[in-house]
Amino acid sequence: MIAIDIIILALLAATAVTIARIRDLWAAVMFTGIYSFLSASWMLNLDAPDVAFTEAAVGAGISTVLMLSTLALTGFKQGRSGVRIVPLLAVVATGGILIYGTLDMHHFGDPNAPVQIYPKESFVQKSQPDMHGLPNVVTALLASYRGYDTLGETAVIFTAGTAVLLILRREKPRSSRPGSPESDSPESEQNTEGASA
Amino acid sequence: MTHLFLATSIAILVTMTLALIRAMLGPTVFDRVLALNMFGTKTVLLICVLDFMSGRDDFLDLALLYSLMNFIGMVALLRFTEFGDFGGENLE
Repeated sequence: MIAIDIIILALLAATAVTIARIRDLWAAVMFTGIYSFLSASWMLNLDAPDVAFTEAAVGAGISTVLMLSTLALTGFKQGRSGVRIVPLLAVVATGGILIYGTLDMHHFGDPNAPVQIYPKESFVQKSQPDMHGLPNVVTALLASYRGYDTLGETAVIFTAGTAVLLILRREKPRSSRPGSPESDSPESEQNTEGASA
Repeated sequence: MTHLFLATSIAILVTMTLALIRAMLGPTVFDRVLALNMFGTKTVLLICVLDFMSGRDDFLDLALLYSLMNFIGMVALLRFTEFGDFGGENLE
């Protein structure tokens, strides 16, 4: 299992470097598909099938389609950009801080980790007065404590979806602007250029 | 038996590496499409092997979902390459 983990992580790193370096954005979208397939199978290897499920559906399915429709609006080639020192240093420093932060984490599957021992007793003892007499602990956890969590997640996902749809729809009022009869031609020209790229 | 599964998954991972190299080098669009499709298929196989290796049969649904996602993504990519958009009326 360790060998599989190491190989998958190496493939993930190679894919990420390729995504960062490639100039053909169409190929970059394809590499993001490969990346999410790889990361989902890695999560499956770590015994997290629900996360892998979400990653497969959202990462490999929806986001590929969304990125392709974005490319239809923006074009396929990225302009030239050299290596800039300050952003590179900022990224390296942030990564170093994050790796330093993982040193304090408990070992994977550690039975003494707080997530394994901490919340159970307080939830059992306090859920009834907290939830105004709800008799079932499982109902209290799912419907009340996690209800806030789910509400927040739903708000975030709704906002993100609205933003993506607004970005993808941006061309429409511009092309149907009154007083420009040939307003459709730049869009179709852009599309044929995209198909030949 | 576990050694057999491990050897199989390593072989699948080697194939995935070769497909990834093809996708990186691939001069034409269709080399890359083929590499990505093969990569998705190998992912499905890898999930099945991991599933049997860990002895829990409930990941096979995930393999099904992966093959569906691979198919949908492939159709979207090919339509997009062919038409320049998704070719649907609702986008116009």
